[in-house]
Amino acid sequence: MHKARPTAAAFYDVDGTLVRTNIVHAFAYYAFNQPTPWRSLKKAARTLISVPLFWALDQYSRKTFNDFFYRYYEGQSEDRLRFLAEEMFEEVLKPAIFKGAYDLIRESRRAGLRTVLVSGALDFTLESLAQHLGVDDLIANRMEFKDGIATGKLIPPELAGPNKAAVLRDYCQRHGLEMARSYAFSDSYSDVPMLASVGRPTAVNPDLRLKTVARSYDWPIVELR
Amino acid sequence: MKALPKYKAQESVVYIDTDSAPRILFYGEDFLLEDLPVGTRVIYPRKPLMPLANPRAAIRYALTHPEGAEPLHAQLRPGLKVTIAVDDISLPLPPMQRPDARQLVLEAVLEMLADYGVDDYEIVIAVALHRHMTAAEVRRMVGDKIFDAHWPDRLYNHDAEAEGGIVELGRTAHGEPVRINRRCAESDLLIYVNINLVPMDGGHKSVAVGLTDWEGLRPHHNPTAIKKSWSYMDPKNSELNHSATRQGRIVDEHVNVFHIETALNNRMFSGPLDFLMKNEDDFTEADRIKFQTIKWALSKTPRVARREIFMRVPAAYEMIAVHAGATEPVHKKILDACFKQYAVPVRGQCDILISGIPYISPYNVNSKALNPLLVQVMADGYFFNMYRGKPLLREGGVLIVAHPCTDSFDPVHHPSYIEFFNRCLSETRNAEQLRDKYEEEFARNPSYIEMYRRGNAYHGAHPFYMWYWGENGRQHMGKVIVVGADNAHVPEILGWERADTLAEAISMARQHMGRSAEITLLHHPPILIADME
Repeated sequence: MHKARPTAAAFYDVDGTLVRTNIVHAFAYYAFNQPTPWRSLKKAARTLISVPLFWALDQYSRKTFNDFFYRYYEGQSEDRLRFLAEEMFEEVLKPAIFKGAYDLIRESRRAGLRTVLVSGALDFTLESLAQHLGVDDLIANRMEFKDGIATGKLIPPELAGPNKAAVLRDYCQRHGLEMARSYAFSDSYSDVPMLASVGRPTAVNPDLRLKTVARSYDWPIVELR
Repeated sequence: MKALPKYKAQESVVYIDTDSAPRILFYGEDFLLEDLPVGTRVIYPRKPLMPLANPRAAIRYALTHPEGAEPLHAQLRPGLKVTIAVDDISLPLPPMQRPDARQLVLEAVLEMLADYGVDDYEIVIAVALHRHMTAAEVRRMVGDKIFDAHWPDRLYNHDAEAEGGIVELGRTAHGEPVRINRRCAESDLLIYVNINLVPMDGGHKSVAVGLTDWEGLRPHHNPTAIKKSWSYMDPKNSELNHSATRQGRIVDEHVNVFHIETALNNRMFSGPLDFLMKNEDDFTEADRIKFQTIKWALSKTPRVARREIFMRVPAAYEMIAVHAGATEPVHKKILDACFKQYAVPVRGQCDILISGIPYISPYNVNSKALNPLLVQVMADGYFFNMYRGKPLLREGGVLIVAHPCTDSFDPVHHPSYIEFFNRCLSETRNAEQLRDKYEEEFARNPSYIEMYRRGNAYHGAHPFYMWYWGENGRQHMGKVIVVGADNAHVPEILGWERADTLAEAISMARQHMGRSAEITLLHHPPILIADME
């Protein structure tokens, strides 16, 4: 009996991998675009002051960073967040896409891979990007809303660190994809569990720690910048 | 009158006698000094041919007196779209002292383009699926003036994976696709600047192979074509060459190609290393001291540093011929010059062939290592194929090579080699199975493609070619024994046997071929081709 050729996927981290921005840029855009100038000023100042703390928390643990960071969204309306997401894509994300990102996705598609963005950012901030890049799927964190207002908490499972690997495994099972033949692309050491979970990990624009790991395990290193 | 020593039958072929000096063998980034059994035949390269007295004048003469084509200046007019393609860093080996032959040719061509008002021109480095050259390497190759004026907008590496960057010109009568760089295909005039180091270079291969993509290479870069190539260095008997020629003829039907081919002599070593160009029996005391000093210094130097030192010693090659014009008449003249330099008449095959493997191959210039796959391609691929007529090594014979076979790869230049060697080759050594099961997967691997396009990595398909390259050697030879391997697993994966010393390797080979086995040492580099009578 003829056995159908198994399929595989290409999973891409977004921030720093395909685009030069990160989730703080997205949040800053929201902070600077509050309903009133006074609120914009307050939110922007609070964000700017918190940047060193964000950095320190991210160095410690991506999950801790997420837990802390997403609290800043508390109290914002869902309508406004979604409405601004499209503008943010045009003004912030689109110009920040690495030229090589288009090629990488095109080559993945040509290799017969299912293309999936996997990001710790919020889903509504990446929907336009996913559409623009023409990827098949988007796996991202989801904000909890109550009565149309953000609670500042993420809907589990939260996407960060080791969790990403579990989410990928679950995704592959649901779609009948082979992990061993799948690719993962990331720029960050925090994504080592995700990279290590697939058969074809690739470090993209890696930070120093990821570069060291990639060299140790002979993972390909790609520069898209 | 003083008689010539009896072992000196002719200058390039000598026989070891009881009073012969020990012979020097390359051993990666080091040397071995070995006493060979009496009766061993040693084949040396020819002496370097006299260079052209004035290469710049010779180039200008070739451009104005071409073979089978109008002079270059007669083909130029304002508004003409011109592309100049040049050979990449795989030639010559090692890279030559500045100015590189390509720089001399480019200077003459660009001057002529300027004189005739041609300003729509670009320079493409014909890397095919080789790694892209770095800016520093390109600068060294073309010279500061040309580099500063053109890099990177009008002087760049060919990209076999650029979207829409390749055009299919047609198919040969054998169904082989002919695919080349779009800019080259759409130019009114394509000028190809070549260096012919060995007879497998140049001719139709320049454009049809150097400017194509994976699809364009598939007709000949495969185990079937390789098994029909006896040898690569003998174009008439090389299926590899026949296939590229069929493709090249289709190119010539569609594109006006003006070839400028150059041939170099074999003056690979000069200065403190000039003793490596000599027969050891002719060494002076100074040569022996130089060799021992270098050997001592190398023994005190870490491998990485040794490698850096060797890579920084350019070859003193000199131009011996330059011809321009239509593909085939130009290439014929250059091949004649090439064989005149490299072909050494040899009578009779041998049972045991010995060869030292140096630190360099066409695919690891400026790399961190001659990785195991490249050691293999040097032995089974290049050195086995250094003959014209019939193989120097008898069918079923034993090849003895000297190299440490260190399990070391350059992750920037050879990322796909690492996976190929550890994952694929450890599963099977069967070239057809490897091609069928893995080649496309590697060729389509988006990570390897990006590393090829944006980095300096060989294409994902390239390690397969390296394995196919050794295919005719593997099917012909009885066994390969490596002397001095620093580990057991690399020779095992390659399918080779190990010996600690050359004497042990010869003893093992004799057990296989008999006590009266004829032994030959191929004493290179510099390059030589055994011209079998």
